Amino acid sequence: MNHKHTGALAVVASAAWAGPAAAELGLNFPQPAAGVAQEIYDIHMLTTTIAAVLLVIIFGFVIYSLVHHRKSRGYQADQHFHESWFGHWSWVIVPVLVLGVDLTIANSAQKTLEKVWEIPKGEDLMDVKVVGHQWWWEYEYLDHSVDVDGKPKNLRIESRYLPEDKAGEHYLRAVDNPLVLPVGSKVRFLHTSADVNHAFWVPELAVKKDAIPGYITETWVDLNREGTFRGQCAELCGTWHSRMPIVVESVSKEKFATWVEQQKQVMLASAAEANVDKTWGKDDLMAKGKDLYNSKCSACHQINGQGLPPAFPALAGSKIATGPIQGHLDIILNGKAGTAMVPWNTLNDLEIAAIATYERNAWGNDVGDLVQPRDVRAARSVAVK
Amino acid sequence: MTATTLAADHDHEHEHHGAPHGIRRWLYSTNHKDIGTMYLVFALTMLFMGGASAMLIRMELFMPGLQLLEPDLYNNLVTNHALLMIFGAVMPAAAGMANWMIPLMIGAPDMALPRMNNLSFWILPAAGTMLILSFVVPFFPGGGTQINTGWTLYPPLSIQVGMSMDFLIFAIHLLGISSVLASINIIVTIFNMRAPGMKLMEMPIFVWTWLVTAFLLILVVPVLAGGVTMLLFDRHFGTSFFNAAGGGDPVLFQHLFWFFGHPEVYILILPSFGILASIVPTFSRKPLFGYNSLVGGMIAIMVIGMVVWAHHQYTIGMSLAAVSYFMIGTIIISIPVGLMVFNYMATMWKGSMTFETPMLFAVAILLMFSFGGLTGIMLAVVPADMQYHDSMFVVAHFHYVLLPGAVFGLFAGVFYWLPKWTGHMYNERLAKIFFWVNVISFNVTFFPQHFIGLAGMPRRIVDYNVMFTEFNVLSSVAAFVFGLSHLLFLYIIIDTVRRGKQVEAKVWEGAKGLEWELPSPPPYHSWTTPPVLAR
Repeated sequence: MNHKHTGALAVVASAAWAGPAAAELGLNFPQPAAGVAQEIYDIHMLTTTIAAVLLVIIFGFVIYSLVHHRKSRGYQADQHFHESWFGHWSWVIVPVLVLGVDLTIANSAQKTLEKVWEIPKGEDLMDVKVVGHQWWWEYEYLDHSVDVDGKPKNLRIESRYLPEDKAGEHYLRAVDNPLVLPVGSKVRFLHTSADVNHAFWVPELAVKKDAIPGYITETWVDLNREGTFRGQCAELCGTWHSRMPIVVESVSKEKFATWVEQQKQVMLASAAEANVDKTWGKDDLMAKGKDLYNSKCSACHQINGQGLPPAFPALAGSKIATGPIQGHLDIILNGKAGTAMVPWNTLNDLEIAAIATYERNAWGNDVGDLVQPRDVRAARSVAVK
Repeated sequence: MTATTLAADHDHEHEHHGAPHGIRRWLYSTNHKDIGTMYLVFALTMLFMGGASAMLIRMELFMPGLQLLEPDLYNNLVTNHALLMIFGAVMPAAAGMANWMIPLMIGAPDMALPRMNNLSFWILPAAGTMLILSFVVPFFPGGGTQINTGWTLYPPLSIQVGMSMDFLIFAIHLLGISSVLASINIIVTIFNMRAPGMKLMEMPIFVWTWLVTAFLLILVVPVLAGGVTMLLFDRHFGTSFFNAAGGGDPVLFQHLFWFFGHPEVYILILPSFGILASIVPTFSRKPLFGYNSLVGGMIAIMVIGMVVWAHHQYTIGMSLAAVSYFMIGTIIISIPVGLMVFNYMATMWKGSMTFETPMLFAVAILLMFSFGGLTGIMLAVVPADMQYHDSMFVVAHFHYVLLPGAVFGLFAGVFYWLPKWTGHMYNERLAKIFFWVNVISFNVTFFPQHFIGLAGMPRRIVDYNVMFTEFNVLSSVAAFVFGLSHLLFLYIIIDTVRRGKQVEAKVWEGAKGLEWELPSPPPYHSWTTPPVLAR
């Protein structure tokens, strides 16, 4: 909180927004971290310069006129200025000059556009599928998979905002699981959405693209330096649009390989745990469920289960969460059409069992029953039919 | 050709009747002056409501953290602010000016279709009520969720919203009907009611801008009406126009919306540019420079402006060919727009200028609108827009275009013609204070937003990282000054009506045009005998 107040005081007291403060205040794009971002930065600087020069010229003429051509100075208006040769031909001269500027800009812009817009052909790109959700990001590494139950499963990361006490000064620009990418390689992002429109934007990478349900849009970057790059969702996506940060960790290829290996082990371990056909105890399910609920469900239904009615109903005391297990699992697995409640069937049986158990026994809900992974498996097969 | 004389036998003693009294004067009015006044009062009311929502937005953004507003209430206000300002304040104010001034300027006794004129105004209060209900309904039990989509109403988000979205859709229908009716009336009036001998290319530029604007409105408003109707069907009748799961396309709505939304920018700006064409020559004491190229320029703006809409959607993943086309088309618009700005600068050049409040606004508009136009060219560049898109840079850009380009032009028009409308002079000293406070606080509010946008702050977020604090504080403080300054504007208007000094028919030394041949205020029925134009 200190940052806020000192920052505010600095401005109110001094109103100095150039000067020494300028170093830490962002006045321009951050330093690019990719070749395409550098191209975009350069075209931005070119158009900014052209705009600044034109602005100076316009201001120059107007100010000269304001100073000299005024009645208080006894200046006599030239009633025939519009009939001079300039008056007759300015409608040609001005458009030609403006067209010249336009073509200069368009020419450079077109070159940059062609470089950044289309995915380089015939090259080996690493594919990352970026899925926007209300209000978190899902990253799927299409080139890295592990075998689960005999089927290849892509490496998948869920990335959610961190609350203020955990995020510190990067609050709203910090996540639990960043998007880790290897420096020096070319990455293709495939954007889509599971619910409403979102937009993937990291200023250091510069390429912004909308995530639209039913569409797959692409961008690509060639990361050229290591670092942590922070961005946010840029398309209004509802209540917690402000809580959809994107963090890219650009690391060396070796580090990346190690990280991929670790993630694979984590995936295998959790799959193995879910597959054990055992009956889980209440404490285990509740502890697991609390963690999962707080990370995946609480953005809408809130940590205390009270929701944010009318958009997000309360679960504490809700008919569904305290009713028959079947109905409860149905809404978790299949969602509710026309609302922000999407199907959560990509979670494994244990995870859903834990969340359901937690919801049935937390915040004063004391149904007392436990949901076991096998119940979830049964519910899934019903859903399939 | 602007010099005119009064018809020798023009005599107001022979009028049939004066203004009716009481509520009937307003409710049943078919008089272009009364209807113009009602439009302007309505617009001023909406300006304050839209301004209040802007103040709440800036209050929330004053500091990082959620202090004042729930996120959905914030999003609701963002939606509400845009709709109130665009449909409630600027468009009705411009229509009010058209009602008052077009008949006076072309020597017509009234608008061509007076009863339709009454209808097109009286739809507005109903539409305004629907609009406000769409904001208020969620606060009642069972009112559903708030509109959290922004004025762009993109699905699928707008499908999730509760019944308030339906109120909004019907409000947009009503506003659209009102605009189209008013446009028809303006076109018919301009084509049929000009004083004998007044050719199209002799009309004041303000009349020209409204002619072009009216055509634009008729061309694009129905597209928006179609778009929101499809949205309504998707919401309630199981259609899938915009639902990918049902074979529809969420991006289709964006195209329909911006097919209306981009020309809408010119609808907002052109009438104000027309006002400048009256003001700048008056206070430069010199004929308008480049009449023909102004007319040509605005027609070019109308034509090109209708085919570049997708530059609002560069990030949806269009093909290289499509974005290249939209980029070049958008950049090309700088030619006619630049030509219009240039002509006003050339009108000032070698003039004998004085700086009464309307002229101060005109000069400020030329400078600040040029700046907004130049950032517009930056935004038109697709690769750079991948960075700017949906950031605070865009917010700064369009406020630099729409406040100077539209709102300040309307302020200039009010100060320029208020003495004509009321017969009373406004307080020049107070008006100049208003000008300086207004323009300086406007710049301090919006200029820093360019920087936070470049640094990475998205638009339409209720809470932001501490790295954006300083400029947001500055922006908010200036925004409060900017907002409050409009109370002075209101005071000046009331003061003028009540106590202003009586003025002559020709209020301004350098003014030319038919409206200055009539007494101030003009009689209830003016130009009952058409003026004879001096040759």
